[in-house]
Amino acid sequence: MDKARIDQIVDRHGGEASALIQILLEIQRENHWLPAEALKRVSDRLKVPLARTQHIATFYKAFSLVPRGRHEIHVCMGTACHVRGAQRILDTVEDRIGIKAGETDSELKFSLETVNCIGCCALGPVMEIDGKTHGKISPAKTADVLNGYK
Amino acid sequence: MSEISLRIDGESVAAKEGMTVLEAARSAGISIPTLCHHEKLEPFGGCRICIVEAESRGATRLVVSCVYPVEKDLVVRTRSPKVDRIRKTLVELLLAHAPDSPELQKLAKEYGSDRDRFEKEASFCVHCGLCVRYCAEIKKKNAVGFVDRGVRKEICFIPEIAARECNACKECFPLCPTSYLQACFVLTEALAFPLASAGG
Repeated sequence: MDKARIDQIVDRHGGEASALIQILLEIQRENHWLPAEALKRVSDRLKVPLARTQHIATFYKAFSLVPRGRHEIHVCMGTACHVRGAQRILDTVEDRIGIKAGETDSELKFSLETVNCIGCCALGPVMEIDGKTHGKISPAKTADVLNGYK
Repeated sequence: MSEISLRIDGESVAAKEGMTVLEAARSAGISIPTLCHHEKLEPFGGCRICIVEAESRGATRLVVSCVYPVEKDLVVRTRSPKVDRIRKTLVELLLAHAPDSPELQKLAKEYGSDRDRFEKEASFCVHCGLCVRYCAEIKKKNAVGFVDRGVRKEICFIPEIAARECNACKECFPLCPTSYLQACFVLTEALAFPLASAGG
């Protein structure tokens, strides 16, 4: 992510220090993670100490300081999904894209996380990719869904 | 500024409006133990060691004296069985992180804390924030800050700023109750700017 784009985001928030979290969220959304240079640039522009920006960027789970894939996969491991075979879904996904939960593949295509409940237990087992919910999923269907992502 | 009178440990104490209970007590020569307090810094209320019993309008509450403003006719007790018990446990919890800190040992002796009550998890930092706040408020350098949260919270130097500022300052070093700060600095130095410190 280049400086000009970061500046653009900062400018849209009027360069207000109080918009720090919103700005970081926007960079996170576009770039999928927050590189050190981005944090420095935002700190400089907002005149917020880097130590503070770093504290905030590490405090919230929504931010990542390590590279993340373009597609965020969340496999629900909540009770309802669990009894309907969430573990097999997770195993299939891990097998298919070759990473474990909490990891990102080397091509930065996918990041995989487990979550404890996404609040639609009637659809279990559930997998969510980039905010899109795939419910009542089977290991076979999981593979099909994953193939649809570039 | 209007004068406010309150009672601390049975003594009548006069304080200015906006003072904290801790400041009022100290100005009257009554000592309340603290870990995260520093007179030059804003109150933090992090360590909770300075907890006292405060009685007003018939109700007794436990308040943290370094962030509690004085009020008229407040009755404060700096030592009571309840306060002592809380301080004892607080020190025991902190000792799990920094078992050999001299300051904690002193408090442990005073309140009868058992050094081995809780399983050791030697992270050494007790999150008093003295270094972080001193660097930000007094030196205005922000060379050290907190990262992460909860059980994973720790202090972290910003290498670029530390390389420039820290060797000439190091004023935060004596503030640290556990010496973890020094260790953290040496580690940062070794990883990020070993040559600058060696004069190279």
